[in-house]
Amino acid sequence: MSAVEQSFKNFMSWIDDRLPVTEAYEKHLAKYYAPKNLNIWYYFGIFSFVVLANQLLTGIWLTMSYVPTGEGAFASVEYIMRDVEYGWMLRYMHSTGASAFFVVVYLHMFRGLLYGSYQKPRELIWILGMLVYVALMAEGFFGYLLPWGNMSFWGAQVIVSLASAIPLVGEDLAIWVRGDFNMSGVTLNRFFALHVVLVPLFLLVLVVLHVLALHEVGSNNPDGVDIKKTTDETGKPLDGVPFHPYFTLGKLPGIIVFLFLFCAVMFFYPDGGGYLIEHPNYEPADPLKTPELIAPVWYYTPFYSMLRAATFPLLGLDAKFWGLVVMAGAIVIPFVLPWLDKSPVKSMRYKGLASKIMLGLFVISFFILGYLGTVHPTPLRTLLAQVCTAIYFAYFLLMPWYTSVEKTKPVPERVVL
Amino acid sequence: MTDNSVNPGRRNFLLGATAAVGAGGVAGLAVPFVGSWTPSAKALAAGAPIKVDVSRLLPGQILGPIPAWRDKPIFVIRRSEEMLARLSEKPERLADPMSDREQQPAYAKNETRSIRPEIVVLVGLCTHLSCSPKYRPAIEPQTFDAEWVGGFYCPCHGSKFDLAGRVYEGVPAPSNLEVPPHFYESENVVVIGEDEGVA
Repeated sequence: MSAVEQSFKNFMSWIDDRLPVTEAYEKHLAKYYAPKNLNIWYYFGIFSFVVLANQLLTGIWLTMSYVPTGEGAFASVEYIMRDVEYGWMLRYMHSTGASAFFVVVYLHMFRGLLYGSYQKPRELIWILGMLVYVALMAEGFFGYLLPWGNMSFWGAQVIVSLASAIPLVGEDLAIWVRGDFNMSGVTLNRFFALHVVLVPLFLLVLVVLHVLALHEVGSNNPDGVDIKKTTDETGKPLDGVPFHPYFTLGKLPGIIVFLFLFCAVMFFYPDGGGYLIEHPNYEPADPLKTPELIAPVWYYTPFYSMLRAATFPLLGLDAKFWGLVVMAGAIVIPFVLPWLDKSPVKSMRYKGLASKIMLGLFVISFFILGYLGTVHPTPLRTLLAQVCTAIYFAYFLLMPWYTSVEKTKPVPERVVL
Repeated sequence: MTDNSVNPGRRNFLLGATAAVGAGGVAGLAVPFVGSWTPSAKALAAGAPIKVDVSRLLPGQILGPIPAWRDKPIFVIRRSEEMLARLSEKPERLADPMSDREQQPAYAKNETRSIRPEIVVLVGLCTHLSCSPKYRPAIEPQTFDAEWVGGFYCPCHGSKFDLAGRVYEGVPAPSNLEVPPHFYESENVVVIGEDEGVA
């Protein structure tokens, strides 16, 4: 052992006596065994880390030139785009990153549905992940107001007005949230604080908990086989390899492909044809003029469709109130997914036909709802949205039934490579 | 004091008392944080009543540029004789033709929803999710309504209102457009934002 190695070893041992750095490194990287059969679906968790880092870094840089006031916000975004060196790039990295975040998170969640990653013993991982998703939605919502364009204004107006659908206290609640009788600079200023401080803090804590819970029970895999069951004499899972270096380096090419696609959008289609940055947002906020078509950014449109799908009063309460209930229900119901799935197997590979059909219908409805949320409602479209909303809920509510009656295939002892 | 035994009753009492005092402290501490979100004195002052002059408003016109009260668009419309006659035509198409829901001061609870029959003052925000409806006075078939007799159409979610701001049946908006408190200070000046004799 050379003198340099010896002194490094002494240094690490000095540290480890005071802070368990080596222990943490081994637990979470060098001796964290991930299944060998992880496939392409397992990239999206890593990608979301890449995007999170991008959002934090570009976000901090944007605050250096952004002015969070009703008078200054729109002009400061123009200033960032035109006068600040690389300002356009930082802003497009941030706005493209917001959409990319939802792309990877939706795919990551779909992976969970596909391979039963929410099932015992990973219920808490799923719940923490859902909390991350909700925090992300809040983050996106608050952030979308900040450019103070006309779509920012009216989009936020519609969502804040949802609060007023709550009987009795709704109107006062909406005024409390806005800090004014209508959306104003006051609202903008507080949304800025929430977007750059409060929600990111929550988000980071939740992400850490999500990963800690994962590392406690270990990663699931496409076969849904517990790799800890089959170990060698030293206790290492035979079907697992250490996360570092196998997955850290192994996923690097994937990250490069992802960044390649990311850059293609960021440099060549930063407004995504009006889906990533909507056209009315190139006009400053005008409290007296609603854009012809109010549509949220694409990642909220499925839920927006469900909100609009409630068109009739029920039990003496307004359609408006039920719209809120349906939308909130659609976001809350996945939280209890681990207890709705009664299947003895985890992975879709071994589940029965009913599960496959329901998951397929669920995904199709989610896409249709997403599309419908971007266009004007017509009676036919509203009917379609109602059918798709019903399928969305049926996927969850009927799950205890169809997962328990369907015939499953036998699960192998070891992972299939 | 050498007795090391535990007195669970006393321990639980102290635990409960500490928790209760702590909870009280948290509730008290929440007051400034929650209170800070209510409209500031400045926002309240900016929400003071406004005055508009309706002398140049011709029959069938909406007052423009749209005035704002409390940052909300205010629609002031002088309805023509024909428009007024149409108001009582098809009450069955309206959800609340008699304005029974309290969306207006008592002096505007009538068929025209106004103090003077011809001039109506409305908060120009849809009662659904607060988009601003478009003024469509023309009596002609529209893409959203083949029997359109003039009124307001909300582009966001398709709610429809007649020329008195009364909501149609079967649209997302649950109630008529709000009539703000207002009164005529003189022949041509409307004060919007307070009732007569308050200030």
